Amino acid sequence: MSNTRQLKERLIHKFFYGIAFVSIFTLFLIFLFLLLEGIPLFEKISINDFIFGNYWYPTSDPPEFGVFPLIIASVAVTAVSAVVSIPLGVMTAIYLAEIASNKVREIAKPVVELLASLPSVVIGFFGMVIVAPFLQDTFNIATGLNLFNAAIMLAFMSVPTICSISEDAIYSVPKELKEASLALGATHFETIHKVVLPASLSGISTAVILGMSRAIGETMVVLMVAGGAAMIPGSIFDPVRPMPASIAAEMAEAPFRGDHYYALFATGIVLFVFTLCFNLIADHVAHKYKQVGAATL
Amino acid sequence: MKNSKTMLSILACSILLLSATFSFAENLVVKGSTTVLPIAQKVAEAYMKENPETKISISGGGSGNGMKAIIDGTTDIGNASRFIKDKEVKLAMEKGVYPVPFRVAYDCIVPVVHPSNKVGDLSLEKLKAIYTGEIKNWKEVGGPDRPVVVISRDTSSGTYEVWEKKVLKKARVFPGALLQASNGAVAQAVAKNKNAIGYIGVGYLNKDVKAVTVNGIEGSMATTLDGSFPVSRPLFMFTQGWPKGETVKFLNYVLHPAKGQKLVKEAGYVPLY
Repeated sequence: MSNTRQLKERLIHKFFYGIAFVSIFTLFLIFLFLLLEGIPLFEKISINDFIFGNYWYPTSDPPEFGVFPLIIASVAVTAVSAVVSIPLGVMTAIYLAEIASNKVREIAKPVVELLASLPSVVIGFFGMVIVAPFLQDTFNIATGLNLFNAAIMLAFMSVPTICSISEDAIYSVPKELKEASLALGATHFETIHKVVLPASLSGISTAVILGMSRAIGETMVVLMVAGGAAMIPGSIFDPVRPMPASIAAEMAEAPFRGDHYYALFATGIVLFVFTLCFNLIADHVAHKYKQVGAATL
Repeated sequence: MKNSKTMLSILACSILLLSATFSFAENLVVKGSTTVLPIAQKVAEAYMKENPETKISISGGGSGNGMKAIIDGTTDIGNASRFIKDKEVKLAMEKGVYPVPFRVAYDCIVPVVHPSNKVGDLSLEKLKAIYTGEIKNWKEVGGPDRPVVVISRDTSSGTYEVWEKKVLKKARVFPGALLQASNGAVAQAVAKNKNAIGYIGVGYLNKDVKAVTVNGIEGSMATTLDGSFPVSRPLFMFTQGWPKGETVKFLNYVLHPAKGQKLVKEAGYVPLY
């Protein structure tokens, strides 16, 4: 009897092991494929010319594959969007976790999370049709399809991620800490500022980094509203061409296993390295500054 | 009893017939130019609806790949947005292959600006100067004192290819140009921006954008067909030798004024008649 039970237990164990292995294996295969399809480019041009080349003319004769303006575009768009989305997301999270009444919280939290379920193409369309003409008329600039517009739209998309993860982190700060702070005579604001925020800092950092990694990998929005000019932007109102937009726009028409095709995969590798770094940092922060109970503070 | 027997034999016969038609199912392979691709796709869909026994597989890859596939015999129809090159003719002759061209449509690319823009005509030289970034303000071409926002297509699109060849004469679009992924997106971007200039296939013209004449000639179906509009070109389907069987049937369908040519217009190109 106990033998069959053990066997069953072992089978279940193996089953879940197998399932977990499948997803890891798939990820590994995708990564391998990305490498295999990207590396052949470097037989034609050096890695240095690829990363730091200033001109992206993949179809002219001779072609030029310099992704530096694309990398700068991705970084700039993500940075500007972070400037908008971090205060918005974190402050909303503080409000929801600490200040809002239960009733408000029950309505407001799902609404913020609903933002995450807006399809990116809808956000892109909104940016293209409503925000772009508005920016152009308000700031009297040449075009509304630019870095700033794309950053605002991306901020829309990362706010729910940042808010929801930060809120969980703030909410899980041990009650004793807050009670102790209040008992010592601190006001509600002082408690939030000096106790709750430092205690949930690792969770908030993770939230911010995950939100940014979502922004840098987002494709549809930047394809539609960033303008698509492969140049290093001189101001935040210049059009840019982030890496995902370039890959999405050109992949369909790049000749299979041609240099252009390899170059797009190589761009994919660069993008992958970026998001991987973001996730590693998030993981590291989450582990290093992990709050275990009230005692570690 | 007898009745059911006849029924059975009829059933058996029809099954035989059915399997016979299946075994005779024709497969057509179409490859080549991405410019001709939308036409091939639209026509093939309609053709397969009318002839369900035919399977047509279509892929892009560019005019060069289409011609190569015709010379190598790996496709039934090779699409090309240009005529066959001398080098390719020589290669075909060496292999004893005679590629036969069929003109299936025209491509006509019209420059467009915002409807409020006073500029109504631009010469090819002015267009080139705008797209290479030499002209940066509309007042240099007789318009208001506003910056020119140049909108171009992704460098791998067929529309860009025509523009590059006929307007830019192989020069490169300057890096500050906004790139859009489709004709529709260019039209949309120009309609929303009073500083913009873009170019789209004649089939995508609408009331939200203003077409600009080139060297004084209006881009239309008529000026494309008589060859006077400078930014236009014929599109071809090539076959290996004179087409036979299913291939000739398909080409006839493409060239049919009420069928294939109607779809050519729907796809945003200029039909032959």
